[in-house]
Amino acid sequence: MYRYNETDQRLVDDRVVQFRDQMARFLDGRLAEDEFRPLRLQNGLYIQRHAPMLRVAIPYGTLAAYQLRKLADIARRYDRGYGHFTTRSNIQFNWVRLEETPDILAELAAVQMHAIQTSGNCIRNITTDQFAGVAADELFDPRPYCEIVRQWSTLAPEFLFLPRKFKIAIAGGEEDRAAVRFHDIGARARVAEDGRIGFQVFVGGGLGRTPMVGQCLKDFLPREELLNYFEAILRVYNRYGRRDNKYKARIKILVKDLTLEGFGREVEDEWAWSRGGPGVIAEQTFDDMAAFFARADLPPADAADPVYAAALAGSRAFARWVERNVAAHRDPGRAIVTLSLKKAGSPPGDATAEQMDGVAELAERFGAGEIRVSHEQNLVLPHVARRDLPALWEGARALGLATPNIGLLTDVVCCPGGDFCSLANARSIPVAAAVQQRFEDLDYQFDIGPLELNMSGCVNACGHHHIGHIGILGVDKNNEEYYQVTIGGREGTRAAIGKVIGPAFAAQQIPYVIQRLLEVYLALRHEGELFIDAVERLGLEPFKTRVYGGGA
Amino acid sequence: MSAAILKHGEIVADRWQPIAADASAAHIADAIAAGGPLLLPLPLWLAHRAELEPQRAGVLLVAEDGLDAVLPWLDDIPLIAIHFPVFTDGRGYSLARLLRNRHGYRGELRAVGDVLRDQLYFLHRCGFDAFALRADQAVEEARAAFADYSWAPLGGRG
Repeated sequence: MYRYNETDQRLVDDRVVQFRDQMARFLDGRLAEDEFRPLRLQNGLYIQRHAPMLRVAIPYGTLAAYQLRKLADIARRYDRGYGHFTTRSNIQFNWVRLEETPDILAELAAVQMHAIQTSGNCIRNITTDQFAGVAADELFDPRPYCEIVRQWSTLAPEFLFLPRKFKIAIAGGEEDRAAVRFHDIGARARVAEDGRIGFQVFVGGGLGRTPMVGQCLKDFLPREELLNYFEAILRVYNRYGRRDNKYKARIKILVKDLTLEGFGREVEDEWAWSRGGPGVIAEQTFDDMAAFFARADLPPADAADPVYAAALAGSRAFARWVERNVAAHRDPGRAIVTLSLKKAGSPPGDATAEQMDGVAELAERFGAGEIRVSHEQNLVLPHVARRDLPALWEGARALGLATPNIGLLTDVVCCPGGDFCSLANARSIPVAAAVQQRFEDLDYQFDIGPLELNMSGCVNACGHHHIGHIGILGVDKNNEEYYQVTIGGREGTRAAIGKVIGPAFAAQQIPYVIQRLLEVYLALRHEGELFIDAVERLGLEPFKTRVYGGGA
Repeated sequence: MSAAILKHGEIVADRWQPIAADASAAHIADAIAAGGPLLLPLPLWLAHRAELEPQRAGVLLVAEDGLDAVLPWLDDIPLIAIHFPVFTDGRGYSLARLLRNRHGYRGELRAVGDVLRDQLYFLHRCGFDAFALRADQAVEEARAAFADYSWAPLGGRG
C-alpha cells in the first residue's frame, strides 16, 4: 500500500491547521456562511438534515487495518458508533459536531487520511476496481496510477473551483468493475501492440439528473502523458464548462454542446503544448509507485488445500458463501473475499465500530492487513489464503458480515436517502429494508442469480439507480414519497442506462413490483440467461405489462 | 484608486487608475492625456493602447475573455488583471496558468474582484503575484495566507 512521504504528511497536517482556523473564523462570525460553505465542502463537511455529515476520503477504496481501526475509533468517539460506506468508496459519519470536525481531521491525518475534496466543485476521490492488483483478468495494476493522479489532483490549485464536481475512475481489468464510463473521466488499462502501457480514456459519463455513458476521447494514451492529458481536459472544462446553471455544469454537458470532436480538438490543442514537457511522468515514478503496491510479503498458498476442500464438501452454508462472496485471485492459492454490508435489517453500506474493528482484525489475521471498499458498498479482503477461508467465514459470521448475497438481489446499493440527506426527495433505506426482507430467502435469490438493485433517494443518483439492472429512484409527488422504477441499466463494458417502466409507485408497492419483474424473468428466461440479459433481449414490454396490467 | 493591494506578499499602494468599461469618451481622453498608468478593460485597451506608453497601459481581463488579443503584446504589458466575478468562479486560475506557463508572461498578474483571503495561496500557486482583495477583507491578516501550506503542489505542469 502507498505510504505517505513527508510531503503528503505536511499537506494533510497543514490542511488541518488551515481548516481549524477557517472553522474558528466561521464560528466567531469573521467568515460568512457563503464563504465558508465551499471551504467546508472541500473538507467533506456537509450540513445535513439532523446534523453535520463528514465524508472521509478512502483513496481508490484502499484501507490498511490501522486506518479502519481509526475510523471505528472516530465512529465511537465522535459519532454514534457507526459509519456509512458510499458508492464512491468513501465513508460518511452522519452525526458529527461541527466544532469537532477539525479534531476529527487531525485524528485522520495521524493515520494518513483526510476528507479533502470529498465534496465541492473540484476533483473528487479517485476510484478504481475493488479487485485491483489481485484480479485474475487484470492487464496491469491501476493503483499506482490512481495514486499518481491522487497526488496531482489533491489541492491542484488550478482546479479547486470547477463549474461542478469532477469524478475520475481508473480500472485495470478486462472486465470493468469501476464503472469507468459513468465518470467525468474514466480510464481503462490498455497495452499497445508494441507493449507500451497506457489507457483508453472516456469522458463525459455520469449519472445524476442527466445520465450519460462516457464517450471514448482517446483510444490509447501513453501512461507517461496521463497528467498532461488529464490537465488538458480539466483546463478546457474549467474554462468553458457552464457556470450559469448547476444542472448543466458537468463536463458531460460541455462535451455534448461542443460535440465529442469539438471538445477533443480543444483538448488536443492544450495537450499539444504540454505533451512531452515537464508534466511527463518519469519511468522511475512508475517503478517507485508500483513498489508500494507489490505484495512480495505474502507466503505461498496451496490451491488444493485440504482444509478448504473439506469445508466446501462439509458445509452447504460455507459453499454458498464461497460461491457468492469469494472471487478468483490471480494466485490460485488465494482468494478475494467480499464481506457483505447488506445484511437484512441494517442499512446498506453501514458498519458499526465493532464491525470495523472486527474486519481490521480479520484483515490482519487472514488478509495481509489490507481492506478494500467496493463501490457496491461492501468491504473486501483481497489476499486470503484458501486454507484460511473457513476460519475467516466463521469470523465474518460472528460479525454479521457473511451474508452470501454478493451480486444478488439483496446486495442493494443504496444512498442514505431522506433519513439523513437534505437533498433527498424520498427515503431509500426503509425501501431497501423492505426489499431485503421480502427476498431474504436464499434459495430464491440463488435461483434468480446475479441481479443488481440500485436505489437513490433523489436524482443526484448517489445510489447509482441508473445502472442498476433494476433501479429505484425516490421522487417527490405533491410532498409524498414515490418511487420510479427502471430496468436494463448496467455497468461494465456493455454499460447502459436503465429505462423507466412507467408511473411511480408508493413505497409499500416496491417489493411487489420487483416480485412481478422477477416473475416475468423466471417465466421467459433462457437456460443460464441473467436477468439483465433477458431484459435486453425482451425489451420493456413484457415487464410493463406484468407490472401495470394492460392499462399502463 | 490608491487602495492597498498585496504584491509579492507586501502591502503596497496601487498606482494604477482603473477605467470602467462604460467610461465616457471624455473621461478616457482625459485619463490618457494625464498619461496613466491606466488599467483598461480589454476592449478599451485594444482601442487605446497605442495612445499610451506601453509601460503605462495595463489590461483587465474578465473570466470570459480569450487570450488571443493580448498574446502578441505580452512582452510589453506591465500589468494584466484578471477579474473574479465571484470567488467560486475558477476560470481565472486557468487564465493565469496559461499566461504564466504556456505563454511565458512575466509582468504583474493581479487578481481583482471577489478575491478573498482563503483563496490567496492557490491563486498565488497559479501565478498571480498581486491581489486587490475585496474591500471588506483584512489585508494585513490576509498576508498570512501565503503560509497556509508549507507543502507545494506536485506534478502536472508548473
